[in-house]
Amino acid sequence: MTGNVAALAVSHLSKSFGGLRVTADVTLAVEPGERRLIIGPNGAGKTTLFNLITGEIAPDSGSITLFDRNITRVPSHRRPHLGMARTYQIITLFDRDTILRNVTLALLGLSRLRWSAWRNIDHQEDIIGRAREALARVGLDHIADRPLSQTSYGERRRVEIAMALAQDPRVLLLDEPFAGLSIDERRDVRELLNAVPRTVTVVMIEHNMDVALDWAERITLLHFGEVIVEGTRAEVVAHARTREVYLGH
Amino acid sequence: MTPRLRCAALAVAMLLLITLPWWVGNSYYINIASQILLFAVFALALNVLVGYAGLVSLGHAGLFAIAGYTAALILQAGHGHLAANAGAVVVTLASSAIFAVLALRSTGIGFLMITLALGQIIWGVAYRWASLTGGDNGINVTTRPSPLGLSLSNAPSFYFACLIVFLLAVGSMVLFVRSPFGASLRGTRDQARRMSALGYNVWLIQFLAIVFSGFWTGISGLLFIYYNQFISPQVSALTASAEVLLMVISGGTATLLGPIAGAVIVVVMKNVVSAYIERWNLVLGVIFILIITFMPEGLVPGTARLLRWGWQVARARWNRTAGGAVEERRP
Repeated sequence: MTGNVAALAVSHLSKSFGGLRVTADVTLAVEPGERRLIIGPNGAGKTTLFNLITGEIAPDSGSITLFDRNITRVPSHRRPHLGMARTYQIITLFDRDTILRNVTLALLGLSRLRWSAWRNIDHQEDIIGRAREALARVGLDHIADRPLSQTSYGERRRVEIAMALAQDPRVLLLDEPFAGLSIDERRDVRELLNAVPRTVTVVMIEHNMDVALDWAERITLLHFGEVIVEGTRAEVVAHARTREVYLGH
Repeated sequence: MTPRLRCAALAVAMLLLITLPWWVGNSYYINIASQILLFAVFALALNVLVGYAGLVSLGHAGLFAIAGYTAALILQAGHGHLAANAGAVVVTLASSAIFAVLALRSTGIGFLMITLALGQIIWGVAYRWASLTGGDNGINVTTRPSPLGLSLSNAPSFYFACLIVFLLAVGSMVLFVRSPFGASLRGTRDQARRMSALGYNVWLIQFLAIVFSGFWTGISGLLFIYYNQFISPQVSALTASAEVLLMVISGGTATLLGPIAGAVIVVVMKNVVSAYIERWNLVLGVIFILIITFMPEGLVPGTARLLRWGWQVARARWNRTAGGAVEERRP
């Protein structure tokens, strides 16, 4: 750690479901602008950790800090307003709406306009224009008006990422953004993530280590809810525990 | 539908509604039209929850009755219509807020059960607290108001009052549906978790939707007591909640015309068909089964789908015969 305030810090975070400890005393700190990969086999508690960080579930103990603010008790719907955005492992979009409306909803979520019950949403040129820009950034502007139900899985992944990026977050949490994608689609998503500016801190979950290995600067290995190894890419890959947990030998 | 066709249809509908007392003539049927309009307002209000919020309430007749009883009690105490209506709206809004806080502990079946229980509590109070509500004897509302000095005592004038309220309700629904808030509410229906992760306060959005729905439910309750000039516990019964829910579902949830069409079906069945067939409930049941079987999405979206399909079939056939004629000429 340098002397800077961490973009995202988790301290002694624990969560149990009944007798099962899914997050066990997890402590980690992500530097501003860092690219952090969290890996671990299935059931390691990666998604639970994200759900704790975004506030979808409350921790039993421990604290979460976003820059210099303790957000442990901040409701989940306030956290995007503080600069936190996420994507879901299982694509969670609005199937009945167009791609453009999906991204518009993402922008509206941070705007006071969302409480207006008399303005026409289709006349909000400013927000709709910004939604089109966000779609252009992920190369989907040419099909912006297509209903989401008529898009491919790979396109939906990009819509998910476009929605998160449209909110101009300080910390971006990506839950297995490569899951279920073809090799070509993976390359597209990779390029998209490479283009994310350094003002955004990115934390990515991936259970398949190879997919995002060269993207990551630091890697945290989770196993049974615990941090087993943390360090630079080379350190973690070379670590004996990584081989044991991950490669099974 | 093209915008021009839509405008034309709207103009014709407006013209028919405004001239209704003249082409219907008989005050019995004008009264039925008033009933349709006031129940359409009720169904539109419930549709905000069932259609756009995905929250099914089986206790809305309770809110409807709270508005009616509040106004009736204030009138009985000797106050004017303005005080009665204002008081009824305030009490209904407050009740809706309490309703919302309790029912939003849960969604889905849980929400349904809590609203059902709340509705039953209101029915119980209306039925059993006889010293306040008159119990089964109900309360008489002796006069109708005369806004701006215009008497509403005869059928056509009351119809016009209902029509104005109905148009205001439809107008507010049109604004609501296409507003950012309306889009947020539909978002909470489709993906509540995602909405929260995007920065929306899902609970508050649903709470406000329930209060908005409660407002128009209360207004329709006021129209109802002025129409009947009487209110009894029957108004708040579970069957009344179920009936308006059936209006919304049979007409088509999350549409503007669906609840209106549903109100037409139920009110016509109750009043007109019941004059000819004693077991009109049976006929209503058969109609609902037919709608659910052939148009599970409801009467209005279902009819639109059938029309689109018919139009495509007709056009395909037209193209085929035209194409065939060209081919025949070729050799």
